[in-house]
Amino acid sequence: MSIWEYANPRKFLQSSERVMPVLWLSSGVLISVGLIWGFFFTPDDYRQGSTVKIIFLHVPAALMAINAWFMMLVASLIWVVRRHHVSALAAKAAAPVGIVMTLIALATGAIWGQPMWGTWWAWDPRLTSFLVLFLFYLGYIALWEAIDNPDTAADLTAILCLVGTVFAVLSRYAVNFWNQGLHQGASLSLDEKENVADAFSNPLYVCMAGFALFFLALVFYRTGTEIRARRIKALLARQRQEA
Amino acid sequence: MWPDLGKYGETVLSAYAASLLLLGVLVVLTLWRGKRVRRIMEDLEQRMRRDG
Repeated sequence: MSIWEYANPRKFLQSSERVMPVLWLSSGVLISVGLIWGFFFTPDDYRQGSTVKIIFLHVPAALMAINAWFMMLVASLIWVVRRHHVSALAAKAAAPVGIVMTLIALATGAIWGQPMWGTWWAWDPRLTSFLVLFLFYLGYIALWEAIDNPDTAADLTAILCLVGTVFAVLSRYAVNFWNQGLHQGASLSLDEKENVADAFSNPLYVCMAGFALFFLALVFYRTGTEIRARRIKALLARQRQEA
Repeated sequence: MWPDLGKYGETVLSAYAASLLLLGVLVVLTLWRGKRVRRIMEDLEQRMRRDG
């Protein structure tokens, strides 16, 4: 069986409807367990106090904000190369999820930053590149809505996605590239000295897995909706032609 | 059971509230639009079958 079979909208809908209940359930369980564990059963940090509990939302949301863009990039490239409509629609479906993740990362970061840095916002490389990523998400969604022809919209948004990838990469590595600003480095690292303590990292891993599955569940569901919306357009066009 | 959040209680709770609200709105809008589009498509297909 080839992965390209899922480029058939009917096959995609059938398969995704089988997988989605598992994704919804497992993501709900993992996010609940991770957040309850992180909120109720982790100690305060010796410097950040109880604000460290915000990490369980901030880090998974930021991770998914960046990864959603990369998923959109892969789907857009598949559209550009192989012209599979499902991949273009999957990229379209992922954008609103990605923008909400970006918004959560920005909001929780600002709320945390106020007491810790003494400011809601700083023009720090990582914060700024994240804000630009948010604007790219806005532009991407607006471009899909602005163009009537779905194939033209898919082509142009694929180009925008390619350009925006620079900022998705910058968002991830801005701290390493510039080595300045207020934002700290990666919370999770293979280097034990840099990594956060196990008391925080274990529930954080659970939250990250939960957010990843939640993202997949939403994207599968939303792609199904986009496939149906496209079919409605096609049926209406056929009806107009026949009339 | 409820953790002592100290002087940062408001900060932590507002971060959780904002995030859960955004996630909730995303899920509700996703499901609402999904159901609406599915209903429209099924109605349209039924009508087209009926009308030949």
